Amino acid sequence: MTTIQPNDGDFKNLRSQDRPAEPSADLFVPQPLDSTVREELAAPAPTFWKEAWERLFKNKGAVVSLVLLIILSAMSLIGPSMNEFTYREQHIPHSNLPPKVAGLEWLGFDGKDVNGVDQYTQRGVETNYWFGTDEFGRDLWTRVWKGTQISLFIALVAAFLDLVIGVIYGGISAYYGGRIDNFMQRIIEILTGIPNLIVIILFILILEPGIRSIILAMIITGWVGMARVVRGQMLQLKGQEFVLASRTLGASDSRLMRKHLLPNVMGPIIVTVMFTIPTAIFFEAFLSFIGLGLQAPLASLGVLIEDGYDAIRSFPYKLLIPAVVISLVMICFNLLADGLRDALDPKMRK
Amino acid sequence: MTHELKEQHTTNAGQDDLLVVSDLKKHFRLNRKTVLKAVDGISFSIKKGETLGLVGESGCGKSTVGRTLTRIYEPTDGEVHFDGLKLKGRLDGKTKKRINRDVQMIFQDPYSSLNPRMTVSEIISEGLVIHNPDMSQKDREKRVHELLLLVGLNKNHAGRYPHEFSGGQRQRIGIARALAVEPKFIVADEPIAALDVSIQAQIVNLLKELQEERGLTYLFIAHDLSMVKYISDRIAVMYLGKIVELAGSEALYEKPLHPYTQALLSAIPLPDPEKERTREQIVLTGDVPSPTDIPSGCRFRTRCPFAMDSCAVIDPEFREVEPGHSVACHLYDAEIMAKEGKELKTV
Ligand SMILES: Nc1ncnc2c1ncn2[C@@H]1O[C@H](COP(=O)(O)OP(=O)(O)OP(=O)(O)O)[C@@H](O)[C@H]1O
Ligand code: SF4
Ligand SMILES: [Mg+2]
Repeated sequence: MTTIQPNDGDFKNLRSQDRPAEPSADLFVPQPLDSTVREELAAPAPTFWKEAWERLFKNKGAVVSLVLLIILSAMSLIGPSMNEFTYREQHIPHSNLPPKVAGLEWLGFDGKDVNGVDQYTQRGVETNYWFGTDEFGRDLWTRVWKGTQISLFIALVAAFLDLVIGVIYGGISAYYGGRIDNFMQRIIEILTGIPNLIVIILFILILEPGIRSIILAMIITGWVGMARVVRGQMLQLKGQEFVLASRTLGASDSRLMRKHLLPNVMGPIIVTVMFTIPTAIFFEAFLSFIGLGLQAPLASLGVLIEDGYDAIRSFPYKLLIPAVVISLVMICFNLLADGLRDALDPKMRK
Repeated sequence: MTHELKEQHTTNAGQDDLLVVSDLKKHFRLNRKTVLKAVDGISFSIKKGETLGLVGESGCGKSTVGRTLTRIYEPTDGEVHFDGLKLKGRLDGKTKKRINRDVQMIFQDPYSSLNPRMTVSEIISEGLVIHNPDMSQKDREKRVHELLLLVGLNKNHAGRYPHEFSGGQRQRIGIARALAVEPKFIVADEPIAALDVSIQAQIVNLLKELQEERGLTYLFIAHDLSMVKYISDRIAVMYLGKIVELAGSEALYEKPLHPYTQALLSAIPLPDPEKERTREQIVLTGDVPSPTDIPSGCRFRTRCPFAMDSCAVIDPEFREVEPGHSVACHLYDAEIMAKEGKELKTV
């Protein structure tokens, strides 16, 4: 067999036959920057988060949702104290009053019942109930915003559990891998194998129906989706060369987590939280609706909808208002999550 | 380095070795039954200031060798002597810290080797933050600027994010990151495989310049033989977790001994078209066996055109058949060839 003739140390031999250009001197000096690159570099480089933020702001649905959510949250906090009624104070003479707002009569807030009779003049009621009253004469305005408070509180709890238990669980499972990962994944499989409803019923047997049982049930299973997302992302990141480079430099576990792994899973984490929230809100509303959640006189949107549902023919406003509010909350969270996903999706970069 | 010097270097083993690897193994346990023998007992040494090329097909375990040397992976077995340190089993904190400083790695993929959420300055100074925590912010900045200049970038690049750079520029950033901690030994894991040809030359040249300036020692990994010879003093050819041939780069190109090396070389086109037409080509047939199920005897026998009966039974010993030129093949073993009744291949 013949072998190639080595031409010591330079590229001539190699380049003359199958490479396009002769090496010129400028190949071996610091790479000259071409003018286009320099122009691009003249503008300050947007960071990932700034870019994502700008993309989010271009998404009308997400912006409107964000504004609506802020308004709804503000109302849930100040709404109950905007009039003199409390959510539990009963006033039987004022029961079942339709909504009435001075100046908004044209919108249906005219105090007239399904038969077109103005209940306020008929019963001689002086004060206006903006969202009407229920069968015990409790002010629905206060109760609806109290209920919204509960829903948003559940949202906070869900987000907190996702971020604390879900992220840490998924992170540990992926980071340490091997037997630990195996064991932790089996636990998740068992947890997801048990239906949520069974878990909550178990808690109701031990405690009693209410927010405590709901939160306990969420602690058991609410973070599983997040743990899976984080684990998947981390496993993928762990093998990336920049993580290996950092390990070669002797970075500690906590440094790897803080500087390399977490910043790169932040996007998926945010998106997952935003999608978990509406599910959790619906879970609470659903439980309250079937009577396993919050109990009267506490107000939750689910409880209110359940009450309204019983009287849908004679007093449709009792169902309509809480239903609209909970739908708004859920749609807004979903649209915002959608917008965030588009804004943070790493596939759109590169 | 002149030709003569290089030859000399390949022949005298001992004193000036920076790295001596003996019988290094890295096995991955995939499940209860299967063990993947990515690196299955390799030995070599690298002198101070030398570049050893490590060549082999995809999946033969080259990266695993590099990652075991940098201690990203814990070796399954074997011993490594590095700069007066004996590395065996688990390392204590102090030794680990020294390795983390003295042994660095340059990676293949310029896109995944830089953290997209960090600025160039943060990327390059990571080693400084870890190893010189007392260094002031200002000194660190100055050092980053020096390093950027050193690798042919400029200090305006420090505040940028990786996605603003081309492949070649990213590779330069990776080199600057490795140099920041002033290592003695650098594992370059196919640093040019993902780059355009013209950029490849730039990066190889940069590495050479840096080596001359700072007396660096390289393990330069590549998957084919075409580019390694321009940077390597000696080349090791790896097949399925073992080194099958090791020689000075000149000797390896002129006189490849192992059938696998010959096959790899015959895949490179020759400069002279007349020679190219008439030369004898060794074309490899069949697939590389799985590293979970390595053939008995010689691991190359399933694809070797010269395979004999003994090859299935006896694992060829890795022996020096002429000064500075070692090979693992029965064709160069007088005893086995006599037993087979065949003519000994002359070196
Ligand atoms: N962490 C790991 N766990 C299990 N198997 C691994 C691991 N790392 C590598 N391997 C296996 O070890 C073998 C050698 O891999 P390695 O990456 O070292 O090959 P390589 O020679 O660098 O190939 P390439 O040229 O494609 O980079 C492959 O079969 C690979 O699948
Ligand atoms: S030992 Fe046998 S099978 Fe292996 S390379 Fe040599 S001749 Fe081929
Ligand atoms: Mg590799």
